[in-house]
Amino acid sequence: MLDLYKDIIIDHGNNPRNKYIMKDYTHTFNGHNYLCGDSLIIYLKIYENNIKSISFSGAGCVISVASASLMTIVLKNKSIDSSINIFEYFKSIIVSGADINEKFSNLNVLAGVRKFPSRVKCATLIWNTFYGAVNVNK
Amino acid sequence: MNNKYILNLRNKFPILNKIINDYPLIYLDNAAITQVPNQVIIALSNYYKDMNANVHRGVYSLSEISTKYYEDTRHKIKTYINANSSDECIFVKNTTEGINLVANSYVKPILKKGDEILISQIEHHSNIVPWFLLAREMGAVLKVIPLLETGDLDYSKFETLLSSKTKIVAITHISNSIGTVNDIKYIIDISHKYNIPVLIDGAQSILHTKIDVQKMNCDFLTISSHKMYGPSGVGVLYGKKSLLDKMIPYQGGGDMIKHVNFNNIIWNDLPYKFEAGTPSIGNIIAFGETINFLNSLDLNFLYKYKLELYNYIHEKLLDLSTVKVIGNPKVRTSIISFVIKDIHAHDFGTLANYYGISVRTGHHCSIPVMEYYNLVSTVRISLGFYNTMEELDKLVDIIFKSKKIFK
Repeated sequence: MLDLYKDIIIDHGNNPRNKYIMKDYTHTFNGHNYLCGDSLIIYLKIYENNIKSISFSGAGCVISVASASLMTIVLKNKSIDSSINIFEYFKSIIVSGADINEKFSNLNVLAGVRKFPSRVKCATLIWNTFYGAVNVNK
Repeated sequence: MNNKYILNLRNKFPILNKIINDYPLIYLDNAAITQVPNQVIIALSNYYKDMNANVHRGVYSLSEISTKYYEDTRHKIKTYINANSSDECIFVKNTTEGINLVANSYVKPILKKGDEILISQIEHHSNIVPWFLLAREMGAVLKVIPLLETGDLDYSKFETLLSSKTKIVAITHISNSIGTVNDIKYIIDISHKYNIPVLIDGAQSILHTKIDVQKMNCDFLTISSHKMYGPSGVGVLYGKKSLLDKMIPYQGGGDMIKHVNFNNIIWNDLPYKFEAGTPSIGNIIAFGETINFLNSLDLNFLYKYKLELYNYIHEKLLDLSTVKVIGNPKVRTSIISFVIKDIHAHDFGTLANYYGISVRTGHHCSIPVMEYYNLVSTVRISLGFYNTMEELDKLVDIIFKSKKIFK
């Protein structure tokens, strides 16, 4: 159980960072998890291909909210290209159980989700929403 | 309470001995699927060992035996629901397929632009989507009996929703999401006053009470084997013969015709004209054994026992200040949806599973009900004859635990 609901995940789930509605975003997207009905909105301020500011709003389970909170911390000031690479890394550790790269400790705390296949969609909801924002609003 | 009787019953279900994450399985998702007793598992296995052959086709021994057992199941379900004749019992793959059959073979041929189909707000998606598709295709209107805050249908609106254009009323007997028992006698009586046929979705009610289709006087009833301790992949559509006779098959294939040439086809007799292609023979034969199993039980005792279990957990949940039970319908049974303050249903579901408890979380294929209550998802428990009060106590323990873990 602790593999999934680590203290840091509960903390980010209950007290998410960067959870606010951004007014002056350049990119936004509304992501849905049709399995449970949860929906998260992402807001990005992107200048010269760099994420200057990132936030999210909406409601979800501990896993989806913690994942969103942690993502905002990791992606701030990253370029779009490296953000997409980080998304690929994140998917690889929780979907296909790839090796952990110590560089991403803020994301690796979610690796336990791999043992809970029905919850993978919770952890990837905000990432797919991010992907939607940077692709739809290109 | 006769504990020995329930213990004996539990022993007939091998899966109930299963250990999940070091804890004994507590299975509380019986509205989705019920577990299967050993004698049914053996019957399914024996079919493949002893008689696997297509039905109604061969003159050889295996086919004759499988045909006999297949038709025996039809006779058993006919007796179980007290249909007038076996011809009125059509094998389908589940309740959903039964509803689609009625939509396409009964309603579609008589549905004109502007005609109406009446359902309710408390339906499972399976009793919404087939009608939505049909209404859209034919330019018909889908009307909905509204829900009240209590979780009861608003019967005061019912008669005003009927008109000379209403071609069918399709309604569930028991809500799969919040356990409301609908007053189908009222629905059927009033609909018949206007000569409108009624389809009853019996998926949740077939093991709630004795179902007698002649007494109920429904025009169609659909049920699923996998919600009555039988295998999945089998359902039954009951229809009054006078209606079935007039209906045109919507699926074509083998076994449902008497003669085929490229200019004309002669349909097979009832019930075969609606059973196109090779059916789920082994599962249907095992479903026959399921009915033997049900007939061996003291069902009146078990209906009462399940209601006692329901009242027990219902009261316990109402006592918890952090739990909100959804709906408070006048007559209800077996199924409870609830939310826990500040805990997402899926987080609770994962935690419960960690302790061996299978509960359902989400919208339960009833998004219109969830939206009515302004909810995205709930935790749902649904009871079977083999559940015990001790199991329900453990569920309550986990609710207390969840408050500690997620705070």
